[in-house]
Amino acid sequence: MNAAATYLLISFAFLVLVVVAAVAFVRNRRSRGIDYYADTTEPAAERPEKLLGAPPGEPEAPPVGVLEAERPAPVAGRLTRLRGRLARSNSTLGHGLLALLSREKLDDETWDDVEATLLQADLGVGPAQELVDRLRARARAEGVQDPEAAKALLRDELLTLVDPALDRSLVTHRDGGPAVVLVVGVNGTGKTTTTGKLARVLVAEDRRVVLGAADTFRAAATGQLQTWGERVGAPVVTGPEGGDPASVAYDAVSRAIADSADAVVIDTAGRLHTKAGLMDELGKVKRVVEKQAPVSEVLLVLDATTGQNGLRQAQVFGEVVEVTGIVLTKLDGTAKGGIVVAVQRELGVPVKLVGLGEGPDDLAPFEPEAFVDALLA
Amino acid sequence: MFTSLSDRLAATFKNLRGKGRLSEADVTATVREIRTALLEADVALPVVTAFTARVRERALGAEVSGALNPAQQVVKIVHEELVAVLGGETRRLRLAKTPPSVLLLAGLQGAGKTTLAGKLALLLKNDGHQPLLVAADLQRPNAVEQLSVVAERAGVAVHAPEPGNGVGDPVQVAASGVELARTKGYDVVIVDTAGRLAVDTDLMDQLARVRDAVRPDDTLLVVDAMIGQDAVTTATLFDEGIGIDGVVLSKLDGDARGGAALSVVTVTGKPLLYASVGEKLTDLEVFHPDRMASRILDMGDVLTLIEQAERAFDAEQAARMAGKVAKGDDFTLEDFLEQMQALKKMGSLTKLLGMLPGMGEMRAQLDSLDDRELDRVAAIIHSMTPAERADHKILNASRRARIAKGAGVEVQAVNQLVDRFTEAQKMMRQMGKRGGMPGMGGMPAIPGMPGMPGMPGAGGKRAKARQKAGTRAAKGAKRSGNPAKRAQQQAQRAGEDAQPDGAAPLDPAVLEELPEAFRGLLDR
Repeated sequence: MNAAATYLLISFAFLVLVVVAAVAFVRNRRSRGIDYYADTTEPAAERPEKLLGAPPGEPEAPPVGVLEAERPAPVAGRLTRLRGRLARSNSTLGHGLLALLSREKLDDETWDDVEATLLQADLGVGPAQELVDRLRARARAEGVQDPEAAKALLRDELLTLVDPALDRSLVTHRDGGPAVVLVVGVNGTGKTTTTGKLARVLVAEDRRVVLGAADTFRAAATGQLQTWGERVGAPVVTGPEGGDPASVAYDAVSRAIADSADAVVIDTAGRLHTKAGLMDELGKVKRVVEKQAPVSEVLLVLDATTGQNGLRQAQVFGEVVEVTGIVLTKLDGTAKGGIVVAVQRELGVPVKLVGLGEGPDDLAPFEPEAFVDALLA
Repeated sequence: MFTSLSDRLAATFKNLRGKGRLSEADVTATVREIRTALLEADVALPVVTAFTARVRERALGAEVSGALNPAQQVVKIVHEELVAVLGGETRRLRLAKTPPSVLLLAGLQGAGKTTLAGKLALLLKNDGHQPLLVAADLQRPNAVEQLSVVAERAGVAVHAPEPGNGVGDPVQVAASGVELARTKGYDVVIVDTAGRLAVDTDLMDQLARVRDAVRPDDTLLVVDAMIGQDAVTTATLFDEGIGIDGVVLSKLDGDARGGAALSVVTVTGKPLLYASVGEKLTDLEVFHPDRMASRILDMGDVLTLIEQAERAFDAEQAARMAGKVAKGDDFTLEDFLEQMQALKKMGSLTKLLGMLPGMGEMRAQLDSLDDRELDRVAAIIHSMTPAERADHKILNASRRARIAKGAGVEVQAVNQLVDRFTEAQKMMRQMGKRGGMPGMGGMPAIPGMPGMPGMPGAGGKRAKARQKAGTRAAKGAKRSGNPAKRAQQQAQRAGEDAQPDGAAPLDPAVLEELPEAFRGLLDR
């Protein structure tokens, strides 16, 4: 291409870009709070039945290889059972801190090291500094010398940090209709897996569950959820690939109402919180679902390896769909998921569940005490 | 609230701007800010410590430059160090002399391996290769299906002999895939493996066996750009476990700006090859350390933008535009519309604007920018008659009201567009007069743009004043044929013009970058 011409074109493009942006910014500023493009269509209301997937709960001729519905492991005490894995992930944190605090004298260098250890757990600069300051003040005031006292002190402060006072119960029951659980998050954090595992938890508690495969974007995401559904005998409502996720969600809720199921868990496509269009789509999913039943829980799935960006994710998702709880996944690795501390603190959204492995029953309720004990084990 | 490293550093240097000399206390404060910024950007602590130590040393060292003020000098140092950390040079995929070449993809769960496999396959296919995707992720439910769909979308072959979902042996699948490639004449084999934790010794052993079975020419570790401090552990363990040759950064289209990139490259010493920047199969870019460093430092990423523009605009269109400008014709709304359609092909608006220098500080606004803005503006133009498009001066109040009605917007939106367009048109006319070669320094100060940070008075007095400053800087560019010298002149001018609220466009390093970028373009 002629270089000068290309250059000109690029200049034009810049100008166009800038004009559009300027116009858009001004408009946005004027219209803050008003949903300009609020969806006024009535999606899914009269969507044909064919969108509903065949209910795998009552297969007429079960395909080869599909077993009888499995009986998932009980939920109670899961975290205790999974403590070993958590310890693997967190031993360096707990032990490292203890070793540091058990030093003969607690000098500046030690405190710097403590801060470094916390930073390396993705706690974030703010919370890490705060914790160090508090530990430091208390250690001085209480004259902590022996490792046991240091441990007690550390346990106490870590517990304060994870805040046991927050309500972490999962609302999966609603009088007069199914409880609706929406599972959201960025790509690759484990939403579909979490949805599947959560269905198992509910089935284990003798609940009737319907799954909604509202991830119509990612290739084979629907199939992945269907596999989960088949394992526990929960019907999965699906839609065409590339279809409107809101309509699938709507259908899932209709199905749950028709079946008088106890809960419906809706898996959504992974979306980066920076993509306004996709976030709008998510908002629409929620709005559409609410035409039939209130949404009881919006669970944001955060990957334990996520760094400080996790806070942004939680903020933006919170603004769009009012996240009510965090699911921290992949905690069985080396990552510590310290970002949830910042998320809880900044947004007041508690961690409700943790994913501790690839096994179907490796999803556990989050218990602050057990969590901290595991850290220090 | 700072969302990224570049925002944070921009704020840091805003405080530094305007100081004549940098005292030791200043350097300490700056270094501390850089440390915090890097940590908040998820660069691993050991890497941060080493990095800030070097910056500190150099900042305190005797590198005094007459042209740059100390703050600008620090920006330059940080930029150079970032480039150094990010690997300095770029590298392409390593392909075997005798096909088939084998690429092995490894990484944590959810890093984006399967998607990347498709993107790589498409890239290779477009380069004239015949790639074969091998579905060796037999762990995750329906991963095999996902890869098959991705292969279909990319239009490449897939080898998926096992159904997956826990059934089958990945080692065997991988080996038979390479065998198939040999017999059927595929020249590149891309092996997609299951996501695994680096501490899972069984799975790491399995991966090592897959590696031994296929003997990859390039083993790529796929790393999520959002990963935090764990990047170091993961990268180290994967490197120890299977020996990686390179790194691919995924999900770089989010606002996590890849502090992990710095960490991984530093601890493993392996280069970053690609960056995955979107959900479409074409959203894969060759990784350029220098550009990434510029992006991190809020210097924009103009080179990438140019590359994308070249792809999106066709030669005929370019020639027509050039002719128009040469003849002195005006840039009409019709042309504007055409450019906008081409822009749409280039990718998301937010992404494009984010690549422009000085945009980091406005990330929040950028985030709120919807891609449909283009459609909305297009709707307004479409609501005009051809005569109106050819000459917007005939747009009186009643015409505007009609257009607004037609486009479903308020009249103000139409007015806005016309005002901005008039300014842009003026700008184009100037460009035409100057032979279409204005200094790039003027670019970030295009009308409309200067008023954008915070948008307090778009089109108001301040914007106009700044616009003038921008034009002056642009004129400065004309004075020297030597890009470096030109940059210096502009930097000085920038200093004289006492930038209000530090609109970043005139950072010296930016200027250094830009003329160079365009020189490269002209050499082509």
